[in-house]
Amino acid sequence: MAQPPSCTSVLIPCPWCGDREEVEFRYGGPVPDGYPPDPEAVDDETWARYLFFRPNIKGHLSERWVHTAGCRRWFTVVRDTMTHEITPP
Amino acid sequence: MSEPHPHPDHLWRNPEPKRSYDVVIVGGGGHGLATAYYLAKNHGITNVAVLERGWLAGGNMARNTTVIRSNYLWDESAAIYEYSLKLWEGLSAELDYDLLFSQRGVLGLVHSRHQIHEARRRISANQLNGIDAEWLTPEEVKAFCPIVNIAPDVRYPVMGATLQRRGGIAKHDYVAWAFARKADSMGVDLIQNCEVTGFDLDGERVIGVHTNRGLIAAGKVALCAAGHSSLLAAMAGLELPIQSYPLQALVSELLEPVLNCVVLSNDIHIYVSQAHKGELVMGAGMDAYNSYAQRGSPHVIEYQVGAALQLFPIFSRVHVLRTWAGIVDVTPDASPIMGLTPIDNLFLNCGWGTGGFKATPAAGSVYAHTIANGRPHPLNAPFTLERFTSGALIDEHGAAAVVH
Repeated sequence: MAQPPSCTSVLIPCPWCGDREEVEFRYGGPVPDGYPPDPEAVDDETWARYLFFRPNIKGHLSERWVHTAGCRRWFTVVRDTMTHEITPP
Repeated sequence: MSEPHPHPDHLWRNPEPKRSYDVVIVGGGGHGLATAYYLAKNHGITNVAVLERGWLAGGNMARNTTVIRSNYLWDESAAIYEYSLKLWEGLSAELDYDLLFSQRGVLGLVHSRHQIHEARRRISANQLNGIDAEWLTPEEVKAFCPIVNIAPDVRYPVMGATLQRRGGIAKHDYVAWAFARKADSMGVDLIQNCEVTGFDLDGERVIGVHTNRGLIAAGKVALCAAGHSSLLAAMAGLELPIQSYPLQALVSELLEPVLNCVVLSNDIHIYVSQAHKGELVMGAGMDAYNSYAQRGSPHVIEYQVGAALQLFPIFSRVHVLRTWAGIVDVTPDASPIMGLTPIDNLFLNCGWGTGGFKATPAAGSVYAHTIANGRPHPLNAPFTLERFTSGALIDEHGAAAVVH
């Protein structure tokens, strides 16, 4: 595995605006499980999982970003949490 | 002239792992070493191994900014952090090692009216919990720490500060080495370059750990792996409500004594002190994204340094010597998780996020109690994994030095 440069800003590929520096974005965290279709029906365990548990893997993580200083749209990227390298969609 | 404290070649043995132990602690950082020490000292359990993937205290224990304080908001946190501070006050003597523990005072700067209310509420809560806490006006801040800029015409003017006079810093390496030396002398095996690769489970019970140096049987297994806790727990089939982020810090070149206390600012994400050797030690805000890279983005450091210069114009010509990052394990309520797990004989200590160093002695002490007795100590009883299901959260976002 190639060692990335010691000091890199992450370039985020906005699907609408192209590659922009990380400071233009806000992080939305790993892609969560979907909202429970019938929230009244779920038990505490399921609700807790929906609220508090997210993937926290070492490797290729699907995650949400929003281009706050640009088009303000949300999108999903796959980023390696060990190298910060983003896999093209 | 003879050396006042001749440095021994070795502070601990470097043993081969035995086939089995009563307790295996996974993670040889501050918390793991402290846990081993208190298991031996308080509970007479010495057939213990601390397994460390790299070298002792080379993870977050080597990367933190060494701030020690106990001025947390809620009763549960105040109790455990104040217990920790009280242990710190006797720790150099107890471990027979000068930890350079210096109670020079921790200032928490306030930059908005909203924060004034929050800070004063926290001071009152601290005082009700028997924790020393004071409110300082901007002029009193200036008197206590003369190099702080209290001019009103800056982006984040100083509108006051909380002060915990008993707070301070300690030398992180010495803390780890002192715990390691004492634990080793009582018979604990400290095993470096030993990575846990899986757990040996018998149904719902853990009976050992697989490592790169073979299978090691264990009566009890205690996780103590900070930023890598999610990965470790996943090997046992256990999911944790934790996200791991880089937290960056830096040191300057060595300076004459110039900063007499610890200064934190929650609003502008900086904490700074001057180590005994003379370098300024500064911590930044967390990077935004999940990572295990022990490396963050440069704009975070740039922002942190900009904020530092506004607070301390005197630092404008100081050179940054080195920056780095550690991986912090953050929970949804910014409080740790410590206690039992759904798997028998598997214990969990994680989620300390950005604030684990100050808790080192208390975490070791109550975690050892939990492991030895198979049930939580009253001080860690509220910090269960189940609280994320029951809803009994301990929301310390306001008292954490870093915004989570």
